[in-house]
Amino acid sequence: MTNLALPSLEKSATGIAGFDDISGGGLPRGRPTLLAGHAGSGKTLFALEFVLHGIEKFNEPGVFVSFEETPEELAVNFGSLGFDLFRHQAEKRLRILHINLDPQELIEAGEYDLDGLFLRLGAAIDATGARRIALDAVENLFSAFADLRILRAEFRRLMDWLKSKGITAVVTTERGTDTLTRHGLEEYIADCVVALDNRIEGQLATRRLRIVKYRGSSHGCDEYPFVLDRAGFSVIPITSAGMAYAVSTERLSSGCASLDEMLSGGFFRGSSLLVSGTSGTGKSSISAQVVDAACRRGERCLYIAFEESADQIERNMASIGFDLAQWRQAGLLRFHATRASSNGLETHLAMLTGLVNECQPQMVIIDPITAFNVSTDEERIKTMLVRAVDLFKSRGITSLFTALTYGGDAPEATSVAISSLVDVWLLLRNLESAGERTRGLYVCKARGIAHSNQIREFMLSETGIRLMDVLLDAEGRILTGSARLLRQRLDENEAQIRSAAAARRRAKLEDRRRVVETKIAAIRSEFEEELHALSEELEQEHTSSDQTTRTLAELAARRGRTSDGNKS
Amino acid sequence: MGASVDTNTSYLLKLFVAGDSSRTGLAVANLRHICEDEFPGCYELVIIDVLRHPGIAEENKILAAPTLIKERPLPVRRIIGDLSDKEKVLTGIGLLPPQR
Repeated sequence: MTNLALPSLEKSATGIAGFDDISGGGLPRGRPTLLAGHAGSGKTLFALEFVLHGIEKFNEPGVFVSFEETPEELAVNFGSLGFDLFRHQAEKRLRILHINLDPQELIEAGEYDLDGLFLRLGAAIDATGARRIALDAVENLFSAFADLRILRAEFRRLMDWLKSKGITAVVTTERGTDTLTRHGLEEYIADCVVALDNRIEGQLATRRLRIVKYRGSSHGCDEYPFVLDRAGFSVIPITSAGMAYAVSTERLSSGCASLDEMLSGGFFRGSSLLVSGTSGTGKSSISAQVVDAACRRGERCLYIAFEESADQIERNMASIGFDLAQWRQAGLLRFHATRASSNGLETHLAMLTGLVNECQPQMVIIDPITAFNVSTDEERIKTMLVRAVDLFKSRGITSLFTALTYGGDAPEATSVAISSLVDVWLLLRNLESAGERTRGLYVCKARGIAHSNQIREFMLSETGIRLMDVLLDAEGRILTGSARLLRQRLDENEAQIRSAAAARRRAKLEDRRRVVETKIAAIRSEFEEELHALSEELEQEHTSSDQTTRTLAELAARRGRTSDGNKS
Repeated sequence: MGASVDTNTSYLLKLFVAGDSSRTGLAVANLRHICEDEFPGCYELVIIDVLRHPGIAEENKILAAPTLIKERPLPVRRIIGDLSDKEKVLTGIGLLPPQR
């Protein structure tokens, strides 16, 4: 029987955060991968990390061939990442081969090959038992040698030679202006091609990685932002967290009873909330309310503020009754105030990841997420938000994002891109009527929660947030502010009028009752009088008949014996 | 290690080759012809097979084969290839025919 299953492509994990997720396990084992990127896009770091993680995590010795930087420069430039290049070299698990290419030193006179290079690589591979190799910036080879015909042939031979040795290789090269690589090297490395990009948008650098091609393997096709920082090279995959996070059925109170009521008991732990609205509609106040409630439950909160300093937020929120300073002092609340424009999106995301790892919060507030709008387009913010939401959800962190919408836009429209990612969307809007502006709140969506469809007027007072019940006028328009007060007053008047009328009717009835009762009393006394007269009459009659009987008896006694006396 | 042709000279030439290939043979023959034609008797020629001496390629930073290194007189010059282009060898190396 033949095995019908296709042989699955073996992969070499790079150990680079996120990359192995999007590449389905790493680079093709035993084959070269082309890594193309502009200057400063992180090629060297990727290649170096690939080799060093191999040594440290996967027990695969490696060779790093540098056509640019010297081993000393590499040690200085990348020593801060925590790799001990010298120790690995001393232990013969790493060989850094610096190949200096000065084109002016070389004069070409006739046919040649690169046997010298092969020999040197071979010696380094043999000395370390390398399973991985990185060739950093091979375009240096192409500029060092004039005869491109020879060089192409030799480059192809080099790749075949590495393949025949079963070594997993990362070959980095500069990107061309219109082409992926300056020398069309993708022609020679067909198994896997990864492109790095470092774009400047809105004066901010954004690094992105894309797997252009991966023969025999599925892979993420998107452009993935990545960061270079103290922790090294990390790709932030959209799907790294996956959708497989545990969900909670625990309801959390927003701290505002009437808002909880609108959400029929609050939002779920670990869900993501979006509070959007135009300027001054109370987004930060809602955030403060939610933070306050969380801290009261003893939860740790991380508040990322892009527009205000921590002190300013505390002062402003104190004016509506939220003492956030106490939570900060208690160590439950941590502010991180920064300008959105101070860094690129992925640096912010990396910062966020770092902070989350550091404070292990149960709740994160990002106020506002739209601070990035100034420098970045919505699609990219969405991408970042997806990653942030994934980060929070995978750790069961409840998150709240505020989003600023602009007066001219439909309030629902601008946040559509990000609102699809969140579980609960509270929309705040200014309601204008009768020459007044008031705040309205409604629940635009709430996944898995039966929620009110009403717009509530929402008031900020010294004691926090209060949602008022909705009043509608005859045409079904909601009444807010003084219109609502007026309506309430009118309603009260009407009620008063109604109750006065009722009182009058009650009095009238009472009068009638009295009349009836008087009449009854009169009839009764008349009747009693009659009765009395009658009984007196009867009494008299009775008395006279008694008299007669007695008289007769006396008369009989006087006569002697009565019939009774006969017996005795 | 190599073939020393003449010791009474101010020129030191080292030719690094990879194995006994036809290209190696061509380069050696070309170099000998040039030397004999242009400055007979006043050069020292060392031919080194990098395949036979492990570490020698690394030590001498050899990439291409054949590589000719003119070590004396200074400056040191490198020429790669089978040296079939005589003009390029001479001008490139700065090794002009001796003024006699």
